[in-house]
Amino acid sequence: MTGRAPRLLAGLLAACLAGSSAPAGDMLDKRSGADFMSPENRAMQADDMSNPGMFAVLDGEELWNRPEGANGRSCAGCHGEAATSMRGVATRYPAFDERSGRPIDLAGRIGECRRTRQEASPLPHESPELIALTAYVAHQSRGMPISPPQDERLAQFRENGRRLYERRIGQLDLSCASCHDARWGERLGGSVMPQGHPTAYPLYRLEWQAVGSLQRRLRNCMIGVRAEAFAFGAPELIELELYLMERAAGLTVETPGVRP
Amino acid sequence: MRWWNSLCVLAMLAPPAAAEPLRPYVVEGDAITRSLTGRPGDAENGRRLVMDRHRSLCILCHAAPLPDPHLQGTLAPTLAGAGSRLSEGQIRLRVVDMKRLVPDSIMPAYYRTGGLAQVAASFRDRPILTAEEIEDVVAFLVTLKE
Ligand code: HEC
Ligand code: HEC
Ligand code: HEC
Repeated sequence: MTGRAPRLLAGLLAACLAGSSAPAGDMLDKRSGADFMSPENRAMQADDMSNPGMFAVLDGEELWNRPEGANGRSCAGCHGEAATSMRGVATRYPAFDERSGRPIDLAGRIGECRRTRQEASPLPHESPELIALTAYVAHQSRGMPISPPQDERLAQFRENGRRLYERRIGQLDLSCASCHDARWGERLGGSVMPQGHPTAYPLYRLEWQAVGSLQRRLRNCMIGVRAEAFAFGAPELIELELYLMERAAGLTVETPGVRP
Repeated sequence: MRWWNSLCVLAMLAPPAAAEPLRPYVVEGDAITRSLTGRPGDAENGRRLVMDRHRSLCILCHAAPLPDPHLQGTLAPTLAGAGSRLSEGQIRLRVVDMKRLVPDSIMPAYYRTGGLAQVAASFRDRPILTAEEIEDVVAFLVTLKE
C-alpha cells in the first residue's frame, strides 16, 4: 500500500493539531465523549496507524475516485480534491435540503449525489460503502469546529429535535436529557456517561467491532431504555442530530472517532 | 464488560415479564405495607435479581453491597443500609413506583404499565418486574442493615 503511510502521518499531525478547541455555546464545560474514555482508547483514536476507523476513511477515498452509475462519473470527477471541496462541509450538517424541504444529513446528501448525479443504485443505510464515503467526507473536517448553519428554515426541525431529546420514552421512562444533560460524568453501570455530542461519526466502536453511524448510536440509546427506536433514515433521527449539533457547536470534528 | 452497551442487545433478548394484569395495591403515606402477592418474598432470589443488570437494572444506577463495585452506577444513593433507613413498606413503594414520591425521578417505576411513551413492542403492557419479583427484591433490601 504505497502512499498510505504519508497520508496516515499527515492525518496524525492533523489529529494532534485538532487536540485543543475552545468550547462555545451555552453549555458550560462542553466536552467530547473522547474526554471520558480510557487513555488506551484515546491513544487508539489519536494514532491513525492504530485507529480502526481509518480503514473506512481509506475505503471512502477509493470510492470517491471510482466512476459509478449510468453517468460514469466519480465523486472526484465533479468535486475534485476532497481535501479542498469537502473541507468544512461536515461541520454544517444536517443542512436544509431544497428538494425535500427538510433537513438532510451528510450521508443523505452523499446518497442524493449518488442517486441523482451519478445515477447509481442507492446505498443502504449503514452499508460499508455509505459509511466509508461519509467517513471520508467528514474526515476532511477533522479539527474544525462544529458550526451549525444559521438557516431559519431549520429552526422548526431543530426545535422538534430538542423536544425529542427532552421527552421521556421507553419502559424505563428516560429522556436523552435525563442522562446526558443532568448526569454526565457519572457512571451508569461500568460506563461513564458522556455529554452525548456527535463529534466523531462515523466512528469505530469497540462494542460493535465496526465503524457505524450516529443513527446507529442513537438507536442503541433508545433500545437501551427499552423504547421503540426510530428507523434508520427516519426524520426524527435527523431532527435529533440537528439539535445535537447545535448543542455541540464549537467542539471539533474528530471523524473517525473511537468509542468503547 | 460495559453493561449499558450489552443492555442494548439484551433489552431485546431478555425474557419479558409475564403479561398478567397488575395486582391492586394500597399506598399509605409513603409506603405500601401489604405484600403485592400476599406472601413474603424470597430474599435470596431478590439478591440475584438486584445483581442482574439486565433484568432489574438496579445496579446500573445504584451501588450495593454486592460483587464488582466498579461496575455499579453512581446515579443514585447506595442501597447499602436501605433496610435500616426504610421500612419494608417504604421500600416496596419506592420499587413499585418511585415517581409517586419524586415525580421527576430517573428511577423507573417497576410495577406500572401506564403513562409511558414509545415502549418497545416486547416490553409493552408489562411491568419491568412481576409482583413476585418485586416481593423478592423487597425481601432482599430489608436485609441490607447498616
Ligand atoms: C440511561 C442513560 C442514557 C439515555 C437515556 C440516553 N443515553 Fe446516550 N449514551 C449513554 C451512555 C452510557 C453512552 C456511552 C456508552 C459507552 O461509552 O459505551 C451514550 C452515548 C451517546 C452518544 C455518543 C457520544 C459519543 O461521544 O460518541 C450520543 C450521541 C448519545 N448517547 C445520544 C443520546 C440521545 C440522542 C438519547 C435520546 C434518544 C440518548 N443518548 C439517551 C446513556 C444514555
Ligand atoms: C455529476 C456531478 C456530481 C457527482 C458525480 C457528485 N456530485 Fe456531489 N454535488 C454536485 C453538485 C452540483 C453539488 C451541489 C449542488 C447540490 O446541492 O445538489 C453537490 C453537492 C455535494 C455535497 C454537499 C456539499 C455542501 O457543501 O453541502 C456533498 C457532501 C457531495 N456532493 C458529495 C458527493 C459524493 C460523496 C459523491 C460521490 C458518491 C458526489 N458528490 C458525486 C455534483 C456531483
Ligand atoms: C435509572 C436509575 C435507577 C434505577 C435503574 C434504579 N434506581 Fe433506585 N433510585 C434512583 C434514584 C436517582 C434514587 C434517589 C431518589 C430519586 O431521585 O428518585 C433512587 C432511590 C431508591 C431507593 C430509596 C433509597 C433511599 O435510601 O431512600 C430505593 C430503595 C431504590 N432506589 C431501590 C431500587 C431498586 C431495588 C432498583 C432495581 C429494582 C432500583 N432502585 C433501580 C435511581 C434508580
